[in-house]
Amino acid sequence: MDVDDFSVADYDLVFETADAMREVLGREIKKVPTLRGKSVVTVFFEPSTRTRVSFEMAAKALSADCTSIAAATSSVAKGESLLDTLRTIQSLGADLVVMRHSASGAPYLAARHLDMAIVNAGDGCHAHPTQALLDLYTIRRHLGRLAGLKAVLVGDILHSRVARSNLSAMTTLGLEVTLCGPPSLLPGSNGDAGWPACPVETDLDRALEGADVVMGLRLQLERQEQGLLPSIREYVRSYQITRERLARARPGALLMHPGPVNEGVELTPDVAHGVQSVIEEQVTNGVAIRMALLYLLLGRGQ
Amino acid sequence: MAPTQAEGKTLLIHEGRLLDPSQGLDAVGSLLFKDGRIEWWGQGEPPVKPNAVISVPGLVVCPGFIDLHCHLREPGFEDKETIATGTRAAARGGFTTVCSMANTRPTVDSRATVELVLHKARTEGSVRVLPVACVTQGQQGKQLAEFGELAEAGAVAYSDDGRPVADARLLRHALEYARALGRPVLEHCEDPALAAGGVMNESALAHRLGLKGMPAAAEEAAVARDIALAELTGAHVHIQHVSTAGAVELVRREQQSRRVGTVTAEATPHHLMLTEALVLGPKGGDITAALGPGAYDANAKVNPPLRAQADVEALRQALAEGVIQAIATDHAPHTLADKLCEFDQAASGISGLETAFGLVMGLVHASVLDLPTLVARLTSGPARIIERGLADQGLSGLGSLRVGAPADVTVFDPNAEWTVDPGQFASKGKNTPLAGWRLKGRVMATIVGGGIAYAAPGLAVQKAVEVAGA
Repeated sequence: MDVDDFSVADYDLVFETADAMREVLGREIKKVPTLRGKSVVTVFFEPSTRTRVSFEMAAKALSADCTSIAAATSSVAKGESLLDTLRTIQSLGADLVVMRHSASGAPYLAARHLDMAIVNAGDGCHAHPTQALLDLYTIRRHLGRLAGLKAVLVGDILHSRVARSNLSAMTTLGLEVTLCGPPSLLPGSNGDAGWPACPVETDLDRALEGADVVMGLRLQLERQEQGLLPSIREYVRSYQITRERLARARPGALLMHPGPVNEGVELTPDVAHGVQSVIEEQVTNGVAIRMALLYLLLGRGQ
Repeated sequence: MAPTQAEGKTLLIHEGRLLDPSQGLDAVGSLLFKDGRIEWWGQGEPPVKPNAVISVPGLVVCPGFIDLHCHLREPGFEDKETIATGTRAAARGGFTTVCSMANTRPTVDSRATVELVLHKARTEGSVRVLPVACVTQGQQGKQLAEFGELAEAGAVAYSDDGRPVADARLLRHALEYARALGRPVLEHCEDPALAAGGVMNESALAHRLGLKGMPAAAEEAAVARDIALAELTGAHVHIQHVSTAGAVELVRREQQSRRVGTVTAEATPHHLMLTEALVLGPKGGDITAALGPGAYDANAKVNPPLRAQADVEALRQALAEGVIQAIATDHAPHTLADKLCEFDQAASGISGLETAFGLVMGLVHASVLDLPTLVARLTSGPARIIERGLADQGLSGLGSLRVGAPADVTVFDPNAEWTVDPGQFASKGKNTPLAGWRLKGRVMATIVGGGIAYAAPGLAVQKAVEVAGA
């Protein structure tokens, strides 16, 4: 569902398992028979390419049978309810469902009414736990540690499931997190307490001081039509991560982005493809992390 | 209204605690009904020998509860509720009168639909139904409904509940008509743009859950507008299901300023007793903890949304002070399918008639208010808000135990504990976040027009023969 119930030991287990999976992916024949005979179904009620393909490749590398359902082509378009769709998949014999849904909390509803294992591949604005896992795994591989690092998440925090899951994971793992974005796209602007339990900042230059990790978030360009942004130009002016801005972070700081990047909006192209960028490696590590999760959920009995 | 007393018959409620805040009555005594009216109350023997007796030692006997706000869904949404099932639920909840909202299909915006509701209530209902008619035709917010004819047909108030009147100019004219007819406009206060897309209270919790919130300001901005229009027109605006501390404060200030117009308010049992934490699951939870398996509980989705503890406190205080004059259920029954879906898509509303009393009795047990005050908010408070409509229906005195008033009475045990089981609801709507809750305070009998609409199992009704033999 989310990483909010993960302990430090849980993260260590996933990361160590992912190390083993990376080794598999480095082989000439990138396939092990671990999940032979297991059936994994990915159901995406919201379009996504990279997360879906990443899960499919992970399942196939473990020899699981993998079926993909895009909501637009399934009976969802005919008005079938979410639970009916998932019950059908369960009846077809799926051992595990990977689901992506535009409504926050949809996997919680599914888990309450179904017996098969469910992996949340992103629900609304709420959580994207596998993204947080691959992000933290990538940081750990590069910087050798997690506790004590300073991370800045930049952009549309309010609508970002990536930000929520990363905030949870980073807090548990001892990173210091700052959320930074335009005031209309930040939580807590109405003076609420309780969440998020970290600094919230509208000045990007200030937020970046001394950062070890800088993570840009995808900006949905329709936010401007919703009146949340004066213009993309204004966003770029204040919140684009440029070479000059990145220089305020620690030397060797990592630049991350969950993708897909609107180049020239969240990041300048030179930064996106620069030496500090680990964006492509995030994608690679995503397969290893998802293999680790599938193995841990299906490959070890209960 | 089925259970009307047969002509010439008498029923005695024997030796209970008679509680009628409208006349400051709180004493042990008996109550005699004849021909559907209250014939006598007092101590000792009644002036005539009754045909039947209900003995209620240790129980409270008060005027029948009046619900200013409930959705009976008929016509049009009979899969959610009907007038038959909704009024049975009302009787089980101690309500002898319910005001039915007009957001049916078709909407109640014509004499024909008002009469349909009244006819169904007469032939299939268990309690009195007083229709609330639309403010605008079809609740479209464009053209005023025919206020005069609707009043004549039996509408006691006007409301576009569910689809608030966005156009202030139109509402102004609605208020002018309502004033002339001596009826209130019941307003669901929500600024549509500010609340657009919201599915719960806007708060840290909503942000944590990634759910779109409805800010308190969306309610407060609309309340402020409506207060200004009440002053402009001198009309009576009744604020429905007030839910925020800020809205309560606006109403309080207006009432203290004694300007022209009348502003009253109601609060629901759920807004008085529950907070948004129930979105985390039936047991609530902590915003800083991991989400439990019950998270995103659609049974806690309601509009206006459940708010924060500070709002609950403000509502309770306003209820005790009388700034809020009425407790109204906003009973909103839905089918299982309406709720068994994604939180964003789930229907808003709580099936509330059958849990209302047990829930708000918690206010008495917690010493937030005394029992007479609670009973006043369920009886004389709401009656006063629709006073003119009641008078026009020949129901003056409803909400009191005065001699000559309609024989509508609720008998309850303030200390009986019971467990909420939606499977036992008479309502078709099983949608409640309270399943499994223990409530203290139970309705034992509901009498409408001198006839028994509901009697709890175990409550003995002695018939005439037995009475004669005794």
